[in-house]
Formats: sequence, C-alpha cells, structure tokens
Amino acid sequence: MRMANVLHLGVKELFSLLRDPVMLVLIVYAFSLAIYAAATAMPETLHKAPIAVVDEDRSQLSTRIVDAFYPPQFSPPSLITREEMDARMDAGLDTFALAIPPDFQRDLLAGRQAEIQLNIDATRMSQAFTGNSHIQTIVSNEIGTFLRRYRPDAGQQVDLALRARFNPELNKSWFGAVMKIIDNITLLSIILTGAALIREREHGTVEHLLVMPVTPFEIMTAKVWAMALVVLCATTASLYLVVEGALGVPVEGSVPLFLAGTALHLFATTSLGIFLGTVARSMPQFGLLTMLVLLPLQILSGGTTPRESMPAPVRGVMLAAPNTHFVMLAQAILYRGAGFEVVWPQFAALFLIGCVLFAISLSRFRKTIGTMA
Amino acid sequence: MNRSAPPKEPQGSDAVSVDGVTLRYGKTIALDSVTLAVPAGRMVGTIGPDGVGKSTLFSLIAGSRRLQTGRVEVLGGSMADAAHRRSVCPRIAYMPQGLGRNLYPTLSVFENVDFFARLFGHGRTERERRIGELLSATGLEPFAGRPAGKLSGGMKQKLGLCCALIHDPDLLILDEPTTGVDPLSRRQFWELIERIRERRRGMSVLVATAYMEEAARFDWLVALNAGRVLATGTPAELLAGTGSRSLEEAFIALLPPSQRAGYRPVRIPKREGESAAETAIEASGLTMRFGDFTAVDRVSFKIGKGEIFGFLGSNGCGKTTTMKMLTGLLPATEGEASLFGRPVDPGDLDVRRRVGYMTQSFSLYTELSVRQNLVLHARLFRLPEKAIPPRVAEMARRFGLDEVMDALPESLPLGVRQRLSLAVAMIHGPELLILDEPTSGVDPVARDAFWQIMVDLARLDQVTIFISTHFMNEAERCDRISLMHAGRVLVSDAPARLVEKKGAANLEDAFIAYLEEASVEPAAADGAFAPGAASDPGIGDEGEHGASPPGNFSLRRLLSYAHRESLELIRDPVRLCLALLGCVILMFVMGYGITMDVEDLSFAVLDRDQSVLSRDYALNLSGSRYFSERPPLHDYRELDRRMRASEISLAIEIPPGFAKDLQHGRPVSVGAWIDGAMPSRAETVSGYVQGMHAHWLASLARQRLTSPPAASLVRIETRYRYNPDVKSLPAMVPAVIPLLLMMIPAIVTALSVVREKELGSIVNLYVTPVTRLEFLLGKQMPYLLLSMASFLLLTLQAVFIFRVPMKGSFAAFSLGGLLYVGTATGLGLVISTFMKSQIAALFGTALLTILPAVEFCGMLEPVRSLEGVGALIGRVYPTTYFLLISRGTFGKGLGFEELKLFFIPLALAVPLLILLGTALLKKQES
Repeated sequence: MRMANVLHLGVKELFSLLRDPVMLVLIVYAFSLAIYAAATAMPETLHKAPIAVVDEDRSQLSTRIVDAFYPPQFSPPSLITREEMDARMDAGLDTFALAIPPDFQRDLLAGRQAEIQLNIDATRMSQAFTGNSHIQTIVSNEIGTFLRRYRPDAGQQVDLALRARFNPELNKSWFGAVMKIIDNITLLSIILTGAALIREREHGTVEHLLVMPVTPFEIMTAKVWAMALVVLCATTASLYLVVEGALGVPVEGSVPLFLAGTALHLFATTSLGIFLGTVARSMPQFGLLTMLVLLPLQILSGGTTPRESMPAPVRGVMLAAPNTHFVMLAQAILYRGAGFEVVWPQFAALFLIGCVLFAISLSRFRKTIGTMA
Repeated sequence: MNRSAPPKEPQGSDAVSVDGVTLRYGKTIALDSVTLAVPAGRMVGTIGPDGVGKSTLFSLIAGSRRLQTGRVEVLGGSMADAAHRRSVCPRIAYMPQGLGRNLYPTLSVFENVDFFARLFGHGRTERERRIGELLSATGLEPFAGRPAGKLSGGMKQKLGLCCALIHDPDLLILDEPTTGVDPLSRRQFWELIERIRERRRGMSVLVATAYMEEAARFDWLVALNAGRVLATGTPAELLAGTGSRSLEEAFIALLPPSQRAGYRPVRIPKREGESAAETAIEASGLTMRFGDFTAVDRVSFKIGKGEIFGFLGSNGCGKTTTMKMLTGLLPATEGEASLFGRPVDPGDLDVRRRVGYMTQSFSLYTELSVRQNLVLHARLFRLPEKAIPPRVAEMARRFGLDEVMDALPESLPLGVRQRLSLAVAMIHGPELLILDEPTSGVDPVARDAFWQIMVDLARLDQVTIFISTHFMNEAERCDRISLMHAGRVLVSDAPARLVEKKGAANLEDAFIAYLEEASVEPAAADGAFAPGAASDPGIGDEGEHGASPPGNFSLRRLLSYAHRESLELIRDPVRLCLALLGCVILMFVMGYGITMDVEDLSFAVLDRDQSVLSRDYALNLSGSRYFSERPPLHDYRELDRRMRASEISLAIEIPPGFAKDLQHGRPVSVGAWIDGAMPSRAETVSGYVQGMHAHWLASLARQRLTSPPAASLVRIETRYRYNPDVKSLPAMVPAVIPLLLMMIPAIVTALSVVREKELGSIVNLYVTPVTRLEFLLGKQMPYLLLSMASFLLLTLQAVFIFRVPMKGSFAAFSLGGLLYVGTATGLGLVISTFMKSQIAALFGTALLTILPAVEFCGMLEPVRSLEGVGALIGRVYPTTYFLLISRGTFGKGLGFEELKLFFIPLALAVPLLILLGTALLKKQES
C-alpha cells in the first residue's frame, strides 16, 4: 500500500463532493436545522397532552381536579359531555378523557368508594403510558389534599422523592438532539461512500482506476478516510454550534472522547457503505438497499426506544450493529459524563465491528471490482 | 402536429436562420454573434475544430438549449417562443453528440426505438412497421433484443439515428453521427440518409462531422471556428475560394494564421531494426466468451517494441474486448497474453505503470478540472512531485489544453475531452500505449498533431502503440494493421500490402472487401440496405406525423413514458423485489422491534435502614415483572458510578429510621434516582415507581388496619380505548404503514429524473413533444402502481401475520393509501427535479422523509403536542393525515364519514407536488 495514493485519491473524493453544492447544502442542513427542529419539536416529558373532562359532578372537588390540568404538561382541558367523548376520541382530538360521575364529592366525603373513569387513546402508545401515571398522580393528590381538610386522619404520608439523574427535567431535546446527530452520521456516511462507488461505476471511472498502479485496498481506504473526515467535521461543528450553542444542552463528558468514538463508528459505517455499493448494481438499487439497512440500524439501536424493551433475539442481533454501541457510548459520555474507563468496551466493540466490516467489504470489493468495469 | 399541419416550407427558403446569436458558458464564449442561413431541403454540414461551438449551435437550433442573445428561426418561427417550439418539435429530429447518450441502456434496441415511436404518437401497427424498417435498414435487426447498454459504440450511433428518424422529421440534426462508426457502417449510414432524403424531398439535414471525406459529399458547408462562421458555400466553392485540393486542406487554409502556424503534415520516418526488436505484446489463442456469445475468438498476434500496430474492424467485432484482456480488466476465457514477456496479471502494479490505456468512452472524473485530472493521474502513476507541474504543462501544451486547464470536462466538447483522455494516458511516459479509438470525434488538425506525437514516441522513444481506429488515413500510418471481424482476426499486415493483396484502390475499399468476404451471411450485410429500399418504408408519407397534437396534454405520450419507466423497472428485478419486500421486512423489524413498554429494568437499593419494612419496600419492586434487582448499593459514589456505566437505571434510597418513623406516623421520604439520559425510558420508569409506591402504601395500610390513604377511596378506572390490552403491535402497525409508504415510494421515485440528468437521456425531454407534466406523470405512474402493491402487501401482513384486525372501512383506508402514495411519489419527483446528482437526491430524500415522518407526524407523539418548526412541519406533512386515517380505520373502526376531513389535505397535496415538480423542471438546458 502506498499512503500517497490513499491521500491523493481521498483528496479527489473531497473535490468531487465540493462540486455538488446541493449536496453540501444538504449536509449543512442535516447537521444544523434538522437537528434543531428535531430537538425542539420533541415535547419535554408530557407536553400539551390533549385532555377532555366530562364533569357530571360539578362540585368543588371536581372543579379542583379539572383545574389541576394545565400547560405545559396538558393542554387546557376541554369540558365536554359524555356523548361527545367517543366522537372526539375517534377524531383524535383528545388522547385522554376523564369522566367524573355525579355525586362524586358526596360519596367520597361520606367515606364511600367512588370511581372515576379515565379513557385513553391507546393508539398513541407513548403518551398513553406516561399520561396515565401522571393523571393518576394528579387526581390522587387533588383528592388527597381536598380530603385531608375534612378528614385529618386520612392515612399516612410516605413521600416518594423522584429525581432524575443526568437530565433532571427529563428534557427530551437533550436526548433528541444527540440521537438525531447519530442517525445523520450513519445516514450520511453510508450514502456518501456507497453512492460515490456506484457513481464511479456508472461513469466508467472505476475501469480507469483499475489500469493504474493502485490497489483496491488503496481505493477503498481513500474513500473511507475522505468521507469519514467530512462527516466528522460536520459532527464536530454540529455538537459545538447546534447542540451546545443553539440548544444549550449541557454536555457532561469529554467531547474529544465522543469524537474519537465517532471516528471509530465512521470506520464501520463507511465500510458498510462500500459493501452496499458493491452489492447494488445501480443507484436505484443502492437507494433501496440503504433504506433497508438504515432504518433497522436507527430504530433498533436503542436511540429511539430503549433496548430493554426489545425482544431478546433482536437485542442480541443488534449487538453486531455499530449503531448500538455508538448510541451506548454517546449516552454514557455526553449525558453521564463517563470516561474512557467506562466506555472502553464500546470502543473495543466498534473497532472490532469496523475491522470485520472493512475486511468483508474489501474482499467483496476485490471480487466485484473486475465486473464493475 | 396534426393532419391540418402548417404547410411545408417552400423549396429554396431557409430551414434555419440564425441571427446574431451569442452564447456564453460562464466566461467562455461558445458562440460569438453567429449569423447564418441554412437552405431548406439540403444536406448541410458544419466543419470546424473541436470546441468551436458546433454542438452548441445545434442544441440551440433543436431547441434543447435556452437562447441567450440573438434570434434562431427554425421552420418558420422563433425558437425562443415556447409555443412555436412545441408545435415545431415533432418536425425536428435531433441526435445529440456522444455515443448513445440519449438512449436507455437497460432497454433493448427495439424498446428504445419503440419508446420514441410512442412518444410521437404512432399506433401499434404503424410503430412495428417503421421500427422493422429502420432496424433492418441499419442492420440492427439481429440485435433487436439486446440491451442498448451492451452495444458497441457504432451500433449505439445507428440506434440513435433510428430513434431520431422514427417520426419523419422535416429537419434532421445530426451531431457527429458517424463518430466511432466503422467504414462499412458509415457507408451504410449515409446511404440510408440518402434514401430517406429521396423520399422526403423537403427534408433538411444538418450534420456535424469530423470526417472531411464525408463533408465533401454534402450540398452545402459551414466552416466554424472559435464561435464564428469562417465561410459558407458548397464544397466546390470552398475549395475554389481557398485554392485547395482537398477539403481538409481547405479547412486548414481557412483557419486564422495563428492556429495554422502549428500545423504540419504528419511525417513518418521509416521504422528501423524491426527484426531485432523485442516483443512488447504477445497474444496467443486469446478467447473471450460471454455466455454463449463468443466476443473474441482465438486471436493471436505479436507486436514488437516501438511498433505502431493498428486494430481495425466493424463495430462490435471484439476490438475493445481484446484490449481489455490485454490490460487485465477482463480475464480471458482461454488463451494467453503477455506484456513485456510477462503474462498479464491484474495484480501486477509494475506492468500497469509501464502501460497507458485509454478507454473508448470518456472515463475521467467529470467533477475534477482538467488540471486536477492530470495532476491526480501523475501522482497515481508515481511521478516525482517536482516533475509533475512541468509534465502537466507539457501535456497541456502538446494536446492543446492550455485554454481549458481549469474547466470541468463536462463543459468541454467531445474532441477536447478525447485529447484530455489521451494526455492522461500518456502523462507517465508509458512504454506501451493501448488506445481504444482515441481520435474519435477529434478534429483533423488536432488528430494530425496527435499522430505526430505518437510517431515521435514510437520512433524516438521506442514506445509501442496499440491503437484501434476507424479512420483509414490513420490506419495507413500504422506499421502493421489487423482487420478484425466477428471476434476473429481476418488478416494482419502492413497497410500497403493489404491494398495490394486485394487489388483495391485504397485501404477503405480493401477493408470493406475483406469484411464483405468474411461476413458469414453476406446477404445480411447487403440486406442492411435492400429490404428497406424495396418495401419503400412509410418514411416520407406526407402528413403522417404523430397523432397527438403537440402542446396539449396527451395521454399517449404520458403512457409512453410510463411504459418506458415500467420497462426499466422490470429490467431490474432486484430493485423491484427490494421495493416490495423491503417494506415487508422493515415492517417486521419495526413491528417487533419497537415496543413502548419497558420490562426488566435494572435497579439497586441503597438501604440505610436495613429493617424488615425497608426490605419489604425493595421486595415490592423486585417482585414485579418490570424491575430486576441488582446487588445493593453502599453509598452515593457507588450509585453514581454504576448509573454512569449504565448498569442500573433506577436507584432507591431508603433513609435511616424509615421503619421507626413510619411507625410513629412521622413523615418519611423515599428517594428514587432515575437515569435521565433517555427521557422516554425515564418517564416510563417514573410512572412504574409511582405506581408501585402507591400500591405498597395501600397494602401496608391494609396490613396494619389503619385507615387507607384518602386517595384509595377513589378507584381510577383506566380504559385503554381501541387497544384494551395495550399491546404494542396494534398501536405500532397502523403507524408503521404510513411511515414505510412514505420512505420507500419516495426513494424509488427520487432517482427517476435526476438519473436521466446524470446519464444524459434528459435531452429527450428537451427535444421531443412531451410536456413536463406528461413526463412527470408518466414517470410517477409505474411507481404509484408499485407502491400500491406494497400497500396491499403491508395491509395483508398487518391483518394476517400481525393479527391486527381492520375494524373500519377498508375502502377508506385504500383511498387514503392511494392518495398518500401519490404524495410520496410526488415528493420523490420534486426532489428528483430539484437535485443535481443522484447522491444528493438519495441523501435529500432520506433526510426529508425519515425525520419528518418519524418525528413530526404523530407516530410517537401527537402532532398537537409538538412545538416550534416540528409542529409546523407536522401540520403540513402528508404522513400526519394518513396516520390518522390508518389509525382510524385499523384501530377505531371508522369509515369515510368520520375521516373525511383528513382526505382533503392529501387530495390537495398530490396535484400541488406535481405542479411544483413541473415548475422546477426545465424544458430547455440553460
């Protein structure tokens, strides 16, 4: 291998990219506005959850309960009749509908059991769960304080002091911003390398390279470093300017350590991109193939939903994917302030996966490059 | 044009008149106030060096490029006027430069011609008759089923001509149609044109050519140089005007003195020491088979060092394949080849450094400038860094590239690009040059200069040159030539000996005599002319133009694009499968992979009380299916460390004196620490902990028979509507369908237009009567059908595999699905018309579909709960509305009546996107 060839071919890749202004704009967008929009759109915890109340009691207590729901967690409750409830829920206007029966306050004060009905639109899973527990707590608290005034012996208080570590307000934009960056890192690195390879094939330039004194290893390494560099620069800028700057997310750990992890991740994903580029015979095929690989990588990596909630076989398989480890190390470093002594297993895993992917891609590249001409 | 067509131009008037036309590409002036009148009904040729603006002029006349200043009138109207362009374009046929750039490589020969025939609105029988005639007239009939991409360069040119002639044009514009075409085919080609002209007397033909002997046969010539007209007139007038004997000389005489100065005829010194020379290339029994087809059949030759060896033969006879085997690009099926006495080995980098190779089609980096290309190759061939600038400068000077060093190859004319390729092939001073038609499309002056360089290299530096060419005067300059036909070498000898052997007047005649002799079916070669002539094709039937009037919307043209796009799709079964099965696979992944409930969360207890009661509290947690307990904690430091390492996601701290305080009714507080790094998980955990806490308190109260906490008097009865068991699948599946039906259809459509831009066939949109709307809708249709198939597959998968029942109206769901994939493919088209490269289109589509569809459209959080830009996007993005329809029909059992509001935005979005795409698409090159 000659480093000079790797260098020159890599520089050539960078020039190619420079000639495509639309692509450059897209890259900037992907690491700035897209991150910002995704981070700020995500509601913090439960946010403006649409709720409606059917108040058939119209008592002091029921009014207190209605008033207990206010923004930002809930949108101001709509007061509706029981008849309206189903239609509104069908139309998706409310996620929650709370029905307070007649004589609710009287029954309670008399020490009788009373029942409140809470209807939840279960098609909105994420809001359904968190909202349910919030509403339960709010209603219980209101009733508790109300009753204590009338019945001082009403049970004993054991307070539960809930505190969230690393992100005290459970601010989703912190999380969303970095996970979005991770998604875009993977997306961009796979498309840049794989599509660049297909483009060379479609324009006949691979054939040209093949009669020159360069080896497939050099061609591939050049693509890997050049594209990884582009993505790494975009990531660094995005992390400092958008995440820390515009979004004001406090980063706990060391950014250089995270970037080192990013570099390892890029090693794996750019190799993956080349592999896909050798499998696909044309750009349209490559586009579909990318989608097929990318979506599972993003969705099952633990960045969208927690790994704990995936079936065990999926969890196992996903250990072979670079994203899983990258998400783990990103969360550990950026949110929990973990150092290398904590995240070294993820680094090791990424390096290993990267090497395997690189080796597979290289052997596939060597085999297919002859047929590309 | 319909049957009440405008009257034909009277004989003698001008078919084309160009007045004061100037055109700039950035700073470069391509045409400099050109004024020209082209008489109708004549065969008009333009001659001139590379890059003088011939192609630019042609594209302006054909209406494919936008006019900047000046006037161009074609067939009685201004080409700046869109209405005139539309009405006149069915009467113009334009064959752009380049080997089949406007053809579709995966479509067969027949299908390519058929596409153009449909575009011009011929009926089925009419189409078949015309195509049959054209194919037989050009000798392409035996290859009707072969994909255009697999044809040799010359055959592609013939196919391009067939496509241009399918609609009886009044003006035929041919931009270097015979470049790269072998002499026999070239002769056939011009005979074909001649026959067509006989039948369509009024037809004007405008041709650019690099072959002066061809130009000599035209009626009228235009000599162009540096964007200006040097002279016009009949060939005889030009000869007389310059006092030259041949057109080639006349042309050179017409050049300004500065350009003429460098010219001198090629002088070839006699080769010496032939017999003593060592062997540079040796091939014995070289054979290449592709399946049943034998491309190269037992070819043997031996080329000495310093020899110029020419390779001639008809198009598609295996010259390129032989060359590829010599370079190691293709492994030979049988036989051996060796370079410098070493067997060809693709891995042998040393040999590669001694060889320079130039491919037939341009294969340099179009995104690098001329200088960057030269420097890159110099470096890759390991020239010392110091030697590179002088070497690059030298090559630039030698090949006349000084002026264009910082230009991009794409903006250069074919001839200049060829020179660049040559310069690149020679940059490292190789000992052996393998050149595949290096002078195709290069003007005569540059060609002579190039030959002088080669001759010098061969004679002075003993460089071996292995060259293929279609120019007979070039073949005559070779030391030896081989004639190849149908994969076999017919004869190898010195050019003069061959002429002698055949007793022919010149090499061209000898060559054709050899070919005709060798043709397995001599009738076929003849047949290339005869049947077409005998059956008198309809070419020439007056008023037989396309049935669809240009300008108005024509379903026929739309369908012809739809048909072509479907054919391309069908030719690529892998893509078809990926598009259909991709959805299904992704649905499995997401359906099973995404669940909202969290189980087996790891937690640990920091128990500072160590009482029975405190252990009971911990047991309450670990006994549930949601939590699994890890070894207890001892202090805050440990808590922090283990949470940081993601070992635990919840820590419970029970204060000292917990049991005692509880007993005495003093307020106690239990601490719960949750890992907030992933907020959604933290919230679920917090919900669970609160629930377990309340449960523990209630059971404690019951045990102690104290009065229960007030709140436990109230039962909050939670009813999960539409999904009573709160299973993930019934919630996720109706949400995943819209997601997949956005991404996959968008990505399959997104490449459709930009791909044509990148590969060149977009020019068909510029010069055929198809309107932008027909073009886009035609392209959208097959993808719409494909996406509806995915839609059905996904629905079946949801109902029968995931067992998510369709409770509501399937008809409503299907209509929503149809509108929705309409918007998805529409979005893909918009992206495709906007982007410059396929890579950008891919990346852009991924960015513009995944993020909004996953995050802003209510899949995870309802749109009404979103904030900022995201909320805005969520409100206009189509996924939002189809998601409501999907959830409404699947989960809530609703139908049209309840969901009608959500159809409106979708129904509006489809035409809106198409209109946007139409607006973004240009009908002319700017």
